[in-house]
Amino acid sequence: MGSIFNTQQVINGLQLGSIYALIALGYTMVYGIVRLINFAHGDFFMVGAYASYGAFYIFNSFLGKGTPLAIVVLIFAMVAGGAIATLANQLAYKPLRYKPKLSSLVTALGVSMFLEYFFSAFPLIGASPLGFPEIIHRATFKIGSAMIDNYVIIDIVVAAILMVGLTLLVQRSSIGRAMRAVSQDKDASKLMGINVENIITWTFLIGGAFAGAAGLLSGMTYPRIDPYMGILPGLKAFIAAVLGGIGNIPGAMLGAYIMGLAETFANAWNSLLGAGIAFIILIIVLLVRPTAILGEKTADKI
Amino acid sequence: MGKRKLPQMTLIAVLLYALIKVLSLDSIGALNGYFMIIINRSLIFVILTVSLNLINGITGQFSLGHMGFAAVGAYVSGTITTLVLKLSPDVASSYPIFIGAIILGGIGAAIMGFVIGFPSLRLKGDYLAIMTLGFGEVIRIILNNINYVGGPRGLLGIPKFSTFTIIYAFTFFTIVLIRNLVQSSHGRAMLAVRENEVAAELVGVDTTRYKVLGFVVGAFFAGIGGGLLAHLLQIATPTQYGFYASALLLVYVYAGGMGSITGSIIAAFGLTFLSQFLQLGFDSLSNMTGINFGSEWTMVIYALLLILIMLYKTEGLMGMKEAKLLVIEEGTK
Repeated sequence: MGSIFNTQQVINGLQLGSIYALIALGYTMVYGIVRLINFAHGDFFMVGAYASYGAFYIFNSFLGKGTPLAIVVLIFAMVAGGAIATLANQLAYKPLRYKPKLSSLVTALGVSMFLEYFFSAFPLIGASPLGFPEIIHRATFKIGSAMIDNYVIIDIVVAAILMVGLTLLVQRSSIGRAMRAVSQDKDASKLMGINVENIITWTFLIGGAFAGAAGLLSGMTYPRIDPYMGILPGLKAFIAAVLGGIGNIPGAMLGAYIMGLAETFANAWNSLLGAGIAFIILIIVLLVRPTAILGEKTADKI
Repeated sequence: MGKRKLPQMTLIAVLLYALIKVLSLDSIGALNGYFMIIINRSLIFVILTVSLNLINGITGQFSLGHMGFAAVGAYVSGTITTLVLKLSPDVASSYPIFIGAIILGGIGAAIMGFVIGFPSLRLKGDYLAIMTLGFGEVIRIILNNINYVGGPRGLLGIPKFSTFTIIYAFTFFTIVLIRNLVQSSHGRAMLAVRENEVAAELVGVDTTRYKVLGFVVGAFFAGIGGGLLAHLLQIATPTQYGFYASALLLVYVYAGGMGSITGSIIAAFGLTFLSQFLQLGFDSLSNMTGINFGSEWTMVIYALLLILIMLYKTEGLMGMKEAKLLVIEEGTK
């Protein structure tokens, strides 16, 4: 069994974990602030992948392949992800803010279904998978016994930069401070003069932009995109967020890397276990410690 | 004792049955084979929707993996009947075995409901939803990997035992049994759990017991529905019973109204017919314009419908109201 825990698997796991982390952050931030499991979040990731696919064909002709094009495409993906998330919030979630929580959950399922089927019904896109173009030339090199390509480094570095940026934003900026305040107590934040709806919009925007970025990275790394590509990564990133304690930002990052590694190891051992490991982790976490690794315990008020 | 209205219900059900049967006769031809297929599908979705409503609407829990229970019913009964058909190809004499197999499928699903329900009940709301989602996916992944039942290709060659009469009878019994359960003292306890768990516990309701009861009974009927569906479509695949199928069932429950059996019946019929008509509409639109409108557009409209219902009529079509016929009246003192 020792053979599955080699450097190669660790690197693959970290790469997958980076993509999960970018998705999981959006899940956890939205949950932290509005207590909504946004099932459509995986579809924002899909929108990001399609936006970068489109951006590639727009800008390829005058930028050529390489880093400048990749940066432009990344910006496009993040804008598209952020825009669709903000739109979903404004049109579908905002009117239900003070209705029972489960009605927002069902609405989120509706938004998710809408995006998936709309993309697969839309003539320019279609339900069949598209091959993702090579934005940056793929180069493979060897470290010890492990084969690594530059995409591994791109995925891990881009995710790390974005996460450091997010941490700075949340810890140092006034928007971040307001976000933390709203996640603790909405009413008190309102009394302190925080525009709560504004902060919620920012949260969706940032979460969606991160999902969009993850869409680009995933499209580049596993070069096949289809309208349903967001379902499983979305669910797994969500489980990662639960694992780290949903609502907790460092927890989501930690959970995502654990999930990426666990899935890679499990897959190397047995493909059935690889497919199911995420859900097994979910069930065990919820049974043993629903507040998860970094979550806080809360008592019921009667 | 209140008025149970069972005779009236039976009478109306029998008349309705006779009416559909007569209309579907070849010599009259008001309901052709195509219509009968939609009616059969609608009836099965009535079973599935009402059983999900028992868990989500009446007991106030949240199952997002309901089709997982249906999958258990479909695979258990489908495996039994295909085996029986292989051993003795005489279809006519196999009907009692078929009904037994469907009920066994229901029992299998009920056991699964207990296995899932019991540990999950410490959780509430969101967490319960994702727990059941996780279990539903685990069931799907396991079925995907058992070669004996066809793996991802699914269980093929299931005999077509689900006739209109059998589906109709099962639907009738499901409605009557769930109605009676909901309006018994057990049902009142379930409603109490939904309304306020702490208060229910304080007045002596064994909340855990009623939550488990809701899950087990709901899962049993989901298993029955799944078994009937498998014997209607003659195939059962893991994807048919995945996360999105469960989410679609939620559309039915919410459209009809959480907690209303009447609403679930109307929604199951209305939405099944709607999807067929939309499909016909898009097909003829494709023929007229030459542009291909795929079946995805039907789902786009479904999803929009769900969002609009949640935004503008959160309590669904019927709210928590029931048709008079389905209400057991209390006797006056």
